[in-house]
Amino acid sequence: MNFPTIKKFSTQALTILLLSELAAVITGPPGSADAPWSGVQGSITQKTSFFGLFIVGRWIFFYAIGIACYVVALSLRKVNSKTSALKTFRSSYNSITDNKYFKPLALVAVAILAILLPTIISDPFWRQAMVSQIAVFILLALGLNVVVGFAGLLDLGFVAFYAVGAYATAWCTGALPMPPIFGSHINPFFTIPIAIGLAMVSGVILGIPTLRLRGDYLAIVTLGFGEIITLFANNLTGVTGGAQGTKQIPHFSLHLGPLKYIWGLDPAPYYYLVIGFVIFFIFIFFSLEHSRVGRAWTAIREDEVAAESLGINPLKYKVMAFAIGAASAGFAGVMTAAQSNYLTPATFTLYLSINILVLVIFGGMGSIFGVVFGAIVIQTITMYLIHSPPAGYQAQDLYIYIGALLVIMMIFRPAGLFPARRRHRADSDASRLEDSNV
Amino acid sequence: MRWGNPSAFSFQLGFRLPKKGHTLHGFLSYLHAHFHALRLEFWGLLIGGIGSGIIYAMVAIGYTMVYGVLRLINFAHSEIFMTGAFAGYFTLNYLIGDSSPSGITSILLIVVGILAGGLTGSFFAVVLERVAYRPLRIRKAPKIAYLISAIGASYFLLNIAAKEFGRIGRGITQPYENHTVFTIFGATVQMYNIIIFISAGIMLIIVDRLVNKTKLGRSIRSVAQDSETASLMGVDIDKTIAMTFVIGGFLGGAAGFLYAMNVGVLYSMGFTPALKAFTAAVLGGIGNLRGAVIGGLILGVTESFTVVFFSGAYTDVVAFAILVLVLMFRPTGILGELIGRSA
Repeated sequence: MNFPTIKKFSTQALTILLLSELAAVITGPPGSADAPWSGVQGSITQKTSFFGLFIVGRWIFFYAIGIACYVVALSLRKVNSKTSALKTFRSSYNSITDNKYFKPLALVAVAILAILLPTIISDPFWRQAMVSQIAVFILLALGLNVVVGFAGLLDLGFVAFYAVGAYATAWCTGALPMPPIFGSHINPFFTIPIAIGLAMVSGVILGIPTLRLRGDYLAIVTLGFGEIITLFANNLTGVTGGAQGTKQIPHFSLHLGPLKYIWGLDPAPYYYLVIGFVIFFIFIFFSLEHSRVGRAWTAIREDEVAAESLGINPLKYKVMAFAIGAASAGFAGVMTAAQSNYLTPATFTLYLSINILVLVIFGGMGSIFGVVFGAIVIQTITMYLIHSPPAGYQAQDLYIYIGALLVIMMIFRPAGLFPARRRHRADSDASRLEDSNV
Repeated sequence: MRWGNPSAFSFQLGFRLPKKGHTLHGFLSYLHAHFHALRLEFWGLLIGGIGSGIIYAMVAIGYTMVYGVLRLINFAHSEIFMTGAFAGYFTLNYLIGDSSPSGITSILLIVVGILAGGLTGSFFAVVLERVAYRPLRIRKAPKIAYLISAIGASYFLLNIAAKEFGRIGRGITQPYENHTVFTIFGATVQMYNIIIFISAGIMLIIVDRLVNKTKLGRSIRSVAQDSETASLMGVDIDKTIAMTFVIGGFLGGAAGFLYAMNVGVLYSMGFTPALKAFTAAVLGGIGNLRGAVIGGLILGVTESFTVVFFSGAYTDVVAFAILVLVLMFRPTGILGELIGRSA
């Protein structure tokens, strides 16, 4: 062994060591304010069972897993050049998905599953989560997808529109300290258009000054707006009820002529209502994507100057993207307010914006199917971690994984798991190279 | 924080908006009273404002330099600030123990704290560049990918600090005795203010000389101006970008320590000062080192004065409003964008 080989080998071994110990620390026990290093120490030195075979320190356990992952990745890459397991898998996967019956059959299967879901799930935690944490988050992710995926605008304050929708519902039903907009006896059915309308108006109001800015400035300004919305919701006690939250918001109900129905405590009716709107929004967003507006968004996303020279008014279409994305977030707000009966500013934090962003990034920016898939998968995992947390897991640790996932996705698969057909130019170049290797 | 009496329709902005029962005369007399307060407290507020402004300036230089070479807002800079503060906190707690230092020991301890904060900041900045930015740079990824990667890295660092160091704030054991040094126009100047002015001033001057007079500074400026041409002239782009992160990270981490000496450490301490520092960088003209310093000072002083008019909860809104207004009406800032030019 000559020196460069040794050097290369030891560098790789050290990198794997560092990464696997980082994983050990992330999954390990938390430190405390009094003994801040105890968490790091504990996560490395604690004993753990090596798949029931023998007892080793956590650091050895994680190093072994790290090396195993490295070896697997290396072997996959080596065989990749000619005939590999990965390639066979990919080609069989493609032959299934390319079949002309695949899409309609998959849609029918998903539809049947979606309709039957409330009858299959009986655990009250999951019945609740399927509405408030999964279906509502699909709506939010769909809305953010219009802004980030279609128009390419990084909005880090998306939660503001969600908050507007939710607080508008509280306002209409008289749960805020302010008197309701149209007297106290408004037909609750009309809160939906009012809330969606207010969310869209707030999208326009926020959009007109900020959307003139360059992409990176837009990100930081929306970040600040998201934070300020929380600040105002906390401090404008006379308007929002402050940090204490709102009064009780009545359940959603319908009184239209002979139709009378009240959505009660049972999550199932809410589930069907939200799913109905999810389908509605998917239909609208899909049509928009393939319309003149959608093509204008793509043009602006890829090259704003070129788009402008072709007679597209960038500001107009960007504001449109903001308002349309806000609409679905506004409806998500209505559902959250009506179902949880109670709102506090603590719900609408910056963390939630990042949470919605990761759903979009994971599934694939600009791909409606990918975004829905990402929302379902990530929110289900999140809920599972809350429902039955592994040892040493705290609820806030979720954001460590979310942060890491964002970086990893950007490095290895920037277009997401299910890339949009009209991809970002530079990303599609990168993946075309990748495909030609396989 | 001043909390108003919660009643319907009173926007709790510290003052009531003029409406029923509030005549124009009443509103004017309100303004008059507050301007009177401003006149009384002018010098005290000015000193406090410069103190916070110089810290914003140090953080803003990190933003501005990275923007210069990568054309990218380093969203994770707030977490570099935080790691620097924690490093200073742990070092000083270990060194001081139960003793109460004074004299030359105090000065040494402050220097050690600044070095600990700064070097930790540099370390994390370089790791950040290697892990979150360099792979994207090699791939020539679109800008939105950089921003998302930066946000992810920021959240990762923020929450791992929260997990390991707890979620409650703690104060740093003071390495010096804080007392009034002298009085100027009735306003007291504390030991803390003097330490900040001197240490931050020295660091700012060193960085200014470093960027304008040395070979390293010349390569940083050349990469900022045109990285392709710079690489043709023999400048090592990767090394130069890494050094930019080292310098920006050092200032950010050291600023974190100086800030924490006053207010203590907390995992989420970086967010607000970093947003303000970014405002300062834009205000002075992004990419412009001296602009960042001027912007920081202006922002710190303005913010300090507005405390008289608004309740404390809304001072962050003031800085943010300045950011939006500057971006809308003069996006090149006061001194103009001077990326790459000697300034």
